[in-house]
Amino acid sequence: MTSTTEILRETAARLLASGAVEMVIGFRQGTIPMMNEPCFVRKPAEAGLLVWDSHCGINLANYVTDRKEKKIGIVAKGCDSRNLVTHILENKIRREQLVVIGVPCRGMADKRKIAMKCPGEILRVHETETAITAEGEGFTRTFEKADVLQHNCSLCTHRNPVIHDELAGEPVEEQQGVDRYADVRAVEAMSPEQRWKYFEDLLAPCIRCYACRNACPLCYCPTCFVDESRPQWVGKGQDPVDVRTFHFLRAYHCAGRCTDCGACERACPVGINMRLFTKKLEKDCLELFGWEAGLSLEVRPALDHYRPNDPNDFIR
Amino acid sequence: MGIEPGRLQFSWISSAESTKFVTVAAQVTEAVRALGPNTRFIKPLAEVA
Ligand code: SF4
Ligand code: SF4
Ligand code: SF4
Repeated sequence: MTSTTEILRETAARLLASGAVEMVIGFRQGTIPMMNEPCFVRKPAEAGLLVWDSHCGINLANYVTDRKEKKIGIVAKGCDSRNLVTHILENKIRREQLVVIGVPCRGMADKRKIAMKCPGEILRVHETETAITAEGEGFTRTFEKADVLQHNCSLCTHRNPVIHDELAGEPVEEQQGVDRYADVRAVEAMSPEQRWKYFEDLLAPCIRCYACRNACPLCYCPTCFVDESRPQWVGKGQDPVDVRTFHFLRAYHCAGRCTDCGACERACPVGINMRLFTKKLEKDCLELFGWEAGLSLEVRPALDHYRPNDPNDFIR
Repeated sequence: MGIEPGRLQFSWISSAESTKFVTVAAQVTEAVRALGPNTRFIKPLAEVA
């Protein structure tokens, strides 16, 4: 058990016992390795369910949308806290309803990277600060954590929670000098034909399960545009044009809001990197408006704030 | 996405700027004609025998 787990359990039990919160949203051990699941703890005695390790990649901000409890404790790593800020700015929850239990984050492990390097089914995992060990029938493999991080985590520059009321551990050093957008630049450099082909291939395996959308805290519309039938904005099958329309429209709905938490990519059953779309918009927001989502409760997001010097060269 | 440059254009025209509207519409039409028929984001209708 890592000490973060102990601090989280102690904090949750304390907050619940004193009545400071009605429930705490955190992670518990998943039913299969490397798949910790969200868990709602309502009694101090249940706080022992909470865990913390490198498999808590789901974004918990997704679970506070429109909740009515007066006080909710929520475990938040850097990206979750940024999505909480976004939720607060978008009136999906009020700051006063939240007791944010921040966890300075060292990055989440990519279960696919680990599974691909193991010869059989992984039955157990355990970890130290810097290494993850996976065990299965007849094999044991140990990985440097840095080698098996989720792609977004290896590029993350906001690992410490941006808002918190409690902190489960010492702040971590932020990664410096990260080149966040090498992959986006590579796509930008392509010709339109190459780019069309590139996305055709990228999205070809998509089965339209919408796990990416459902995992995303930004995708909280009561009826998503893909589910509407009157009018039907986009076909519901696997025609490549419909698949592409779904992906790029969803990305636009996340423009200026996406924190690159990676929950969407993590959730995809076929391993599509749809973050490329949201990252392009993130890059544009940063370059054109100096905007990074979810860093402050004081600043209005780029897309709902007009400034006279906003770039508009593309309009004539 | 892979849409050819020029196929998608943006303009901001006030309802008072009728001449600008005409000019822009003509320019856009010309530019898009030059690109030829669009092949992307098109779903062919099912062939009916
Ligand atoms: S994106 Fe950053 S804060 Fe979020 S899990 Fe990865 S490293 Fe942690
Ligand atoms: S689009 Fe993906 S990376 Fe962005 S906030 Fe949603 S789940 Fe996170
Ligand atoms: S999770 Fe993956 S397969 Fe499912 S809709 Fe999203 S991209 Fe497609």
